[in-house]
Amino acid sequence: MSENTPLIRLDHIGKEFYGNRVLSDISFDINAGEIIGLVGENGAGKSTLLNILFGMPVISSTGGHEGSIYIDGKYVNFTSPNQALAYGIGMVHQEFSLIPGFTATENILLNREVLNGSSMSYVFSDRVSTLNREAMNERASAAIHTLGVNINPDMAVSEMPVGYKQFIEIAREIDRKNTRLLFLDEPTAVLAESEAEILIAALKKLARSGIAIVFISHRLSEVKELCHRILVLRDGRLITDRNAEELTMRQIASFMVGRESERREVPQEAVQQEEAPDETQTLDGTSAPSVKKKKKKIRPALKVEHLWVDMPGETVRDVSFEVMKGEIFGIGGLAGHGKLGIPNGIMGLYPSGGKVRLFGKTLTLNKPRAALGRKMAFVSEDRRGVGLLLDEPLDWNITFTAMQTQGRFLLGIPYIFQIRNEYAMRKEAQKYIDRLSIKCTGPQQHAGELSGGNQQKVCLAKAFVLRPDILLICEPTRGIDIGAKTLVLDTIREYNKEHGTTIIITSSELEELRSVCNRVAIVDSGRIAGILPASSPAEDFGMLMTGQAANNNEDEEEVKESA
Amino acid sequence: MIKRFIDRAGWPRIIIALFLLGLFIAAPFVGVRVDTSLSNTLVRFGMNGVMVLAMIPMVEAGCGLNFGLPLGIIAGLLGATLSLEWNDEILAYLIEMGLRYKISWLTDTFVMNWREPLGFASAIIIAIPIAAILGWFYGKLLNRVKGDEMMIATYVGFSSVSFMCIAWLLLPYKHPTMVWGYAGKGLRTTISVEGYWLHVLSDALAIDINTENIHLYIPTGMLIFFAVMAFLVWVFMRTKTGTAMTAVGSNPDFARASGVNVDKMRTIAVVMSTVLGAIGIIVYEQSFGFIQLYMGPFYMALPAVASILLGGASVNKAGILNVIVGTFLFQGILTMTPSVINSYLQTDMSEVIRLIVSNGMILYALTRKVRAGR
Repeated sequence: MSENTPLIRLDHIGKEFYGNRVLSDISFDINAGEIIGLVGENGAGKSTLLNILFGMPVISSTGGHEGSIYIDGKYVNFTSPNQALAYGIGMVHQEFSLIPGFTATENILLNREVLNGSSMSYVFSDRVSTLNREAMNERASAAIHTLGVNINPDMAVSEMPVGYKQFIEIAREIDRKNTRLLFLDEPTAVLAESEAEILIAALKKLARSGIAIVFISHRLSEVKELCHRILVLRDGRLITDRNAEELTMRQIASFMVGRESERREVPQEAVQQEEAPDETQTLDGTSAPSVKKKKKKIRPALKVEHLWVDMPGETVRDVSFEVMKGEIFGIGGLAGHGKLGIPNGIMGLYPSGGKVRLFGKTLTLNKPRAALGRKMAFVSEDRRGVGLLLDEPLDWNITFTAMQTQGRFLLGIPYIFQIRNEYAMRKEAQKYIDRLSIKCTGPQQHAGELSGGNQQKVCLAKAFVLRPDILLICEPTRGIDIGAKTLVLDTIREYNKEHGTTIIITSSELEELRSVCNRVAIVDSGRIAGILPASSPAEDFGMLMTGQAANNNEDEEEVKESA
Repeated sequence: MIKRFIDRAGWPRIIIALFLLGLFIAAPFVGVRVDTSLSNTLVRFGMNGVMVLAMIPMVEAGCGLNFGLPLGIIAGLLGATLSLEWNDEILAYLIEMGLRYKISWLTDTFVMNWREPLGFASAIIIAIPIAAILGWFYGKLLNRVKGDEMMIATYVGFSSVSFMCIAWLLLPYKHPTMVWGYAGKGLRTTISVEGYWLHVLSDALAIDINTENIHLYIPTGMLIFFAVMAFLVWVFMRTKTGTAMTAVGSNPDFARASGVNVDKMRTIAVVMSTVLGAIGIIVYEQSFGFIQLYMGPFYMALPAVASILLGGASVNKAGILNVIVGTFLFQGILTMTPSVINSYLQTDMSEVIRLIVSNGMILYALTRKVRAGR
């Protein structure tokens, strides 16, 4: 944009958290008035990069970062957000940091209020001055006006729709006089389409006034429309840094999810066996198959119709899909779009509605007991919170669910008097400890003392003990190291092969899903964006994830044009 | 080996046990008899044991310590007073039953000979349903205040005691040994159970050695009763329901995901705890000799809470062993400290010292609770 020194220059930035590399060798410049689009999957390193630039204490407390940052050609090293603010860096976070009971004006000018001078303030400093409400309102209105929206500055934030709150956050940053660089972390995620358009227009206007903007979003169409330059991060590396006009959305998507060369072999035989009768099955409908005992015919094990789930942060709006018997079905998508809500809803852990059929029979929703009673097992994504009894021994963890729902591991007369069979519990636990090679001192060790990977194996063992027909697994590899990851995924695959169990895996790691599953559904905004065979090219998944499913055709035209 | 024992027992218990041992050793030198002290400790242990036992279900179900024990105690008091009020009627009814259904052993001589145990049993039988009903409501209440159970429980206990202060006056009790002499209505503050079921458990199979040199009294019956109750609780905690209860206390989300009805388990635990509290107070009264009404139950929860904490339980984990060890240590210290120190100081300060010691122990035990929590 300008010939002068760039506003900010990043030089070989890298970061490790306890030996876990999250960023490496990131270098780029931002010029005044430029809008940069920063895109990447969850966990690509975007947040860490922002934290470094904003001087968040997380960074300095974990040993700082590698490389250097220059502002106006001068070396800086922020250790607190206040220093970053002083240099004119503003940040709008994904979560609102507004005071609900305060008005728009008060929030925008918080700690920068316009004061009335008084004699008291000479004696006791400015802390005792009164506020000049009129001047404050004017300033707030000016800031709001810059954004091109019309919000009453006297309105309390708690009464505003979400979209307004987002504008207030941005207004607060631009009211700061020296703001020159503004980071926006997914500002459009909570906005309606029309609001997003207003925001984009406002941001363009801001950029023209010389403020540089870094815009983070998963909505590629917005990024492409708004930004001058697009940076793609993947696995902590800067994959591409190009002008927006040079890239098609398809290209961006493939850069984001990429890793074509590392792709593992999909169990192709399984796919072929099952996908062929798949289509005829769906056409058949669901009435007949249970009556006619045709062994060769594969019927849908699970049929979900118009499911909605009210899970905080993972709302599912309207989801329909079918899973065939013996299939490994993947559910992917970005965090917060509802992929975790689906299995949690089916298992009855969160309020849900719609229709779920298991082998043709309707399942009672909202009752974990009912789901477990129909031979479904669940491995929660919240291992420590829901998945385990941290203060109890492993044999409890492994056998408890089977004991409560299937009446196993008990001695005595059912319904009259039954006492738990600790010997059988221990034996069963030992069996799984051996089989899944869980590293522990024995079935009596408490689950809280194990490492993440071993805890995950305990969760799997708990599900396997139930001898499920359908196994729902959420985030099987979250928070465990690479060695354990392979082990866990292999275990799941083996179990499927051995018992023919239908398995549904939900994961934010697309590559993982593509390596284990036969088919993968991508969830976007609480709806299924599409279901693809795992062998489909990665960028197709990327397109679905970023909400571009409908725009596919346009995009292809673009490709032609660029060609 | 020693290190393992210390690890398992925990330093606080070892220190207190050593202190108690020290008191027993010091006792003869200040003129306090070891044998009578030991007898006293055992009696107090038996008296309080069941009420401490009442803590287990609620702790295990994650409802915290039952500071609302007075609710159970009130049920027990109702059972006790009603058993006295209706004593003659109950006995007469039993004889009539024996005649009507031709139960050969249920004769009037049998009933008259077993008058006291039958009275005691009737007190418990009346108390249990009352405790169960009160406990059910109490449980429903605690299910609405998850996370703040102990605070709410404390006030449930206090307010129920105050409510009963009015009720004791207004309930239409008629029995002359129980009502105020001058008005002919309203229950007295202390009612003797002598002639009804005084020491029915304590004196059953009791070992009472009373010679020149030795005065030892072991309330075997009461201790056996406690052992039976403890065994029942132990067995219950090992049933399917008991296991579910423990899991609910350990991690309610896990339990829910395993198909357990969390609220139901908690309610069962609270009902159990209240019922045990009711039985506990009746056991206490038969040994103590008096039914204490009005403000009597007000602070009854605290010694029980202190005992189980002292026994090594945490706010969400407790076992029978914690109850036995804790009750013995707490009651032992409570018996020994005043008498030993009193004799040493040569003045009668026993009540003051008892208050300092018991409240000090509760304070100590409750500060330990924080560390033992999640």
